[in-house]
Amino acid sequence: MTREERRNFLKGMAFVSPWLVGFAAFTAVPIAMSFYYSFCDFSLTIPRRVPLWIGLENYRVLFHDIIFWKSLRNTLYYSSMALPAGMLVSLGLALMLNANVRSQTIYRTIIFLPSLVPPFASAMIWLWMFNPSMGLFNFLLDKIHLPAPDWLGERLAMPSLAFMSVWSVGNTVVIYLAGLQDVPRELLEAAEIDGAGPWHRLFAVTLPVLTPVIFFNLIMAIIGTFSILTVPYIMTSGGPAKATYFYTMFSFDQGMVYLHMGYASAIAWIQLLITLFCTVLAFWSAKKWVYYG
Amino acid sequence: MKAVPPTRKIRNPWSVVSIHLGLILVCAGYLLPFIWLVSTSMKTDEQANETPPHFIPKPWQPHNYVDVFTHPTFHAVLYTRNTLIIAILVVAGTTVSSAVVAYGFARIEFRGRGLLFGIMLATIMIPFPVTMVTLFRVFRWIDEQTGAMLGPDNIFQMLGTYKPLWLPAWFGSAFNIFLLRQFFMTLPKELSEAARIDGCNEFAIFWRIVLPLARPALAVVALFSFMGVWNDFLGPLVFIQRPEQYTLALGLQAFQSRIGGTDWPLLMAASALVCLPLLILFFLAQRTFIEGIATTGGK
Repeated sequence: MTREERRNFLKGMAFVSPWLVGFAAFTAVPIAMSFYYSFCDFSLTIPRRVPLWIGLENYRVLFHDIIFWKSLRNTLYYSSMALPAGMLVSLGLALMLNANVRSQTIYRTIIFLPSLVPPFASAMIWLWMFNPSMGLFNFLLDKIHLPAPDWLGERLAMPSLAFMSVWSVGNTVVIYLAGLQDVPRELLEAAEIDGAGPWHRLFAVTLPVLTPVIFFNLIMAIIGTFSILTVPYIMTSGGPAKATYFYTMFSFDQGMVYLHMGYASAIAWIQLLITLFCTVLAFWSAKKWVYYG
Repeated sequence: MKAVPPTRKIRNPWSVVSIHLGLILVCAGYLLPFIWLVSTSMKTDEQANETPPHFIPKPWQPHNYVDVFTHPTFHAVLYTRNTLIIAILVVAGTTVSSAVVAYGFARIEFRGRGLLFGIMLATIMIPFPVTMVTLFRVFRWIDEQTGAMLGPDNIFQMLGTYKPLWLPAWFGSAFNIFLLRQFFMTLPKELSEAARIDGCNEFAIFWRIVLPLARPALAVVALFSFMGVWNDFLGPLVFIQRPEQYTLALGLQAFQSRIGGTDWPLLMAASALVCLPLLILFFLAQRTFIEGIATTGGK
């Protein structure tokens, strides 16, 4: 390194050092620790508080644990509904909210409103709207003489939670809206002069330009749906009959409630690997559909 | 800085009408749970539990909004104070530290920058529930070490204080660093060079020249993180033990009694009050918000 390079290196490191320290303390160390614990018998409920190396035992038990498979299946089932629904609805909403019409601010605020409601409150509102006898949905269905289902019963609970998740896509919509500001106006006008109708313009100009933003939101949505915990935890606590027991609840219960540190670490590591796998898959597919102009 | 072009005005009256119609329908659907919240917040307890339910409260009971403040287990003023303490510390910490780090990544060319930036981006993909359990252990370990040295008046005590909630914010957050870095990249290089010739050191360039120009982007970071802390439930749930330390988002549980029976009208009134500051903030700032993200570039 020349003197100039060394000076720049020291300067650069000085500026990024806050992040380096934080990364080490609050991310790297916890992750490394949980990797080590995942190979240990380490329960905080018994007096012996030293992790005891047991090799792959935690993982072996995990793969034979019916609750592990149940919670994993539940999470995948939920994601298979909530992820595409959320992606489509948020993009559709953003396109509508981007139209330059009067009272645009009011419409935007209304769509963003649910994202401002504290999770405990939104869980409670929906719990009540889904209520089979006093809830709003069955009240409306009853008025038009349709059968009133048990929305949070064993069969419908997951689809209901996925339906509810579409209500709070405000953050994603805002990111799409920001992306839509970057669609070059000249391109849209040129397409219009060439005789392209609104749908044609959408598919030939707007969406291709927007693909990097769609990709960004897809990644965030994958991570988000896989780590959903708060709202279902308040609403159903995983019930009825574990029908809404998410993977994160399994991890929370083992780690924070039963204090099985070793087992909980193995659970967390599997979640990390699954998330990583899906993200890598998304990045790999990106080559085929994301357009960097 | 590039100006955001205004969206095209739509001329065809039929499209204008159909867009409005579509928006009104969708917004009605999105508002429904919220109207339900507001309507319930004005009902009496008996009316809230009525079958079938009614949309219009009869009689109106706006007094619920006053009762929220005198509730025996929901300490509105205390919880507001607690939430504000955490929010101010987090917003200040994450904005300042993320800006410093983002400057390093955006404006200084140093060896290893690309690698470090890549690692930083990858950390966005680690969900909080994955690190939550061991993070708790890390804080306990810090307490054991510092406690042994400093005894009972340990100023570095983590658990039982708000530090686990705000301290990490002072080391920059990956998402905010990314957002600010994108913005800093758009500022012309000549700006820094001119200042350097005038004898400014790197920190002075950052503090006196780049930071004032970055106000819109800093506002977005501050707003995003304020909204995040204000409604955070999981963080306080994991790290706060004593009820007198509860935040608003966590304290709302007070209206749900363990013996069964939830005080719906008061819960809804309190929820409406908790959202109100955020609602006003978003309504006033939504243009800055969207344009701020747009200028920082999602790409």
